Amino acid sequence: MENVQVFRIQILAIIGSGLLIIFILELIRRKKLKEEFAVLWLTMGIVFLVISLFRKLLDKFSLLVGIGYPPAALFLILIMGLTVILIHFSVAISRLKEENKKLAQELGLLRKELEDK
Amino acid sequence: MSRLVIYFLAVLARKYVKKIIIIPAFNEEANIGSVLASVKESCPDFDVLVINDGSTDKTLNIARSFAFARTIDLPINLGIGGAVQTGFLHSRRHGYGLAVQIDGDGQHKPSEVSKITAPILRDEADVVIGSRFMEKGSYKKAMFRRAGIRLFSWTNRILLGERITDSTSGFRSYNKKAIAVLSEDYPDDYPEPEAVFILKRKGLRIKEVPVEMATRAGGKSSISVLGSIYYMIKVFLAIFVLMLRKQE
Repeated sequence: MENVQVFRIQILAIIGSGLLIIFILELIRRKKLKEEFAVLWLTMGIVFLVISLFRKLLDKFSLLVGIGYPPAALFLILIMGLTVILIHFSVAISRLKEENKKLAQELGLLRKELEDK
Repeated sequence: MSRLVIYFLAVLARKYVKKIIIIPAFNEEANIGSVLASVKESCPDFDVLVINDGSTDKTLNIARSFAFARTIDLPINLGIGGAVQTGFLHSRRHGYGLAVQIDGDGQHKPSEVSKITAPILRDEADVVIGSRFMEKGSYKKAMFRRAGIRLFSWTNRILLGERITDSTSGFRSYNKKAIAVLSEDYPDDYPEPEAVFILKRKGLRIKEVPVEMATRAGGKSSISVLGSIYYMIKVFLAIFVLMLRKQE
């Protein structure tokens, strides 16, 4: 009974990670997602796919870092991945904000030059 | 003899230096008119540049109704830092040797401008800050704000060895060197205390002179209680990070 349950969640996890990867690839194909952002998401999808294909890896990883309950390691990996992605977003937004400011300033200055002519 | 000629030329050059007053304004329809009127009266030898920071009220129309004032109309609201920096960019590109910043809210008196430009014209400083606190003036300050300003003042003294009593004051004048530095690097929001550090780290001479300021005539101050807490944290973070960077 227990084996069936584990098998079921493993199948679901493989399908879930697979769908994530396909979804990201599809977004890139339709040019809705820049590669810069896709790389992190794809990495995360692949990591989860690998973990769901080879369940032993998770146990080994938990043992390695000293987590007694392997599913908790899953959350750790997930949270770390999301944190990296969010920081990446903040950096990207800051850069956009700076570029946006420069564009607005340039636009204002140019408009004045035009008016002065 | 040649020394005398050089001295004379320097005096002449200073006399004919291009001067500009930069007035950032965001939704200041209540004040901008009277500010411009008194600028015209007190500072006739200055070019006047109003930077409309994406106002949603009549600020721009009022500013344009003054023929002597030039306006830059920013397409979006950049915040005070981005607006003032637009003024620096304009000043640098048009070769101004002296820029004065006056806030559009009527707090800074154009009649006091000569006090903060004099040290620059005498080449005693690259930046001059008009301070409310060096002498007893008529300015009434909120307690919380005053505590914050005192904290900045201590930080300045400890980290820069500079005695600056009013580092939040936006009533400042800059020479060519300072304009060039700040048009490259000026903080987005609550820029004043951080700008002092940026300038000091570039080795510019900063001087403070006492001025009188008015308490706000109309409208609301841009800083709320929550805002001032963010202000403090932001400035200290920025200064901390600035200290980590290599000095040039």
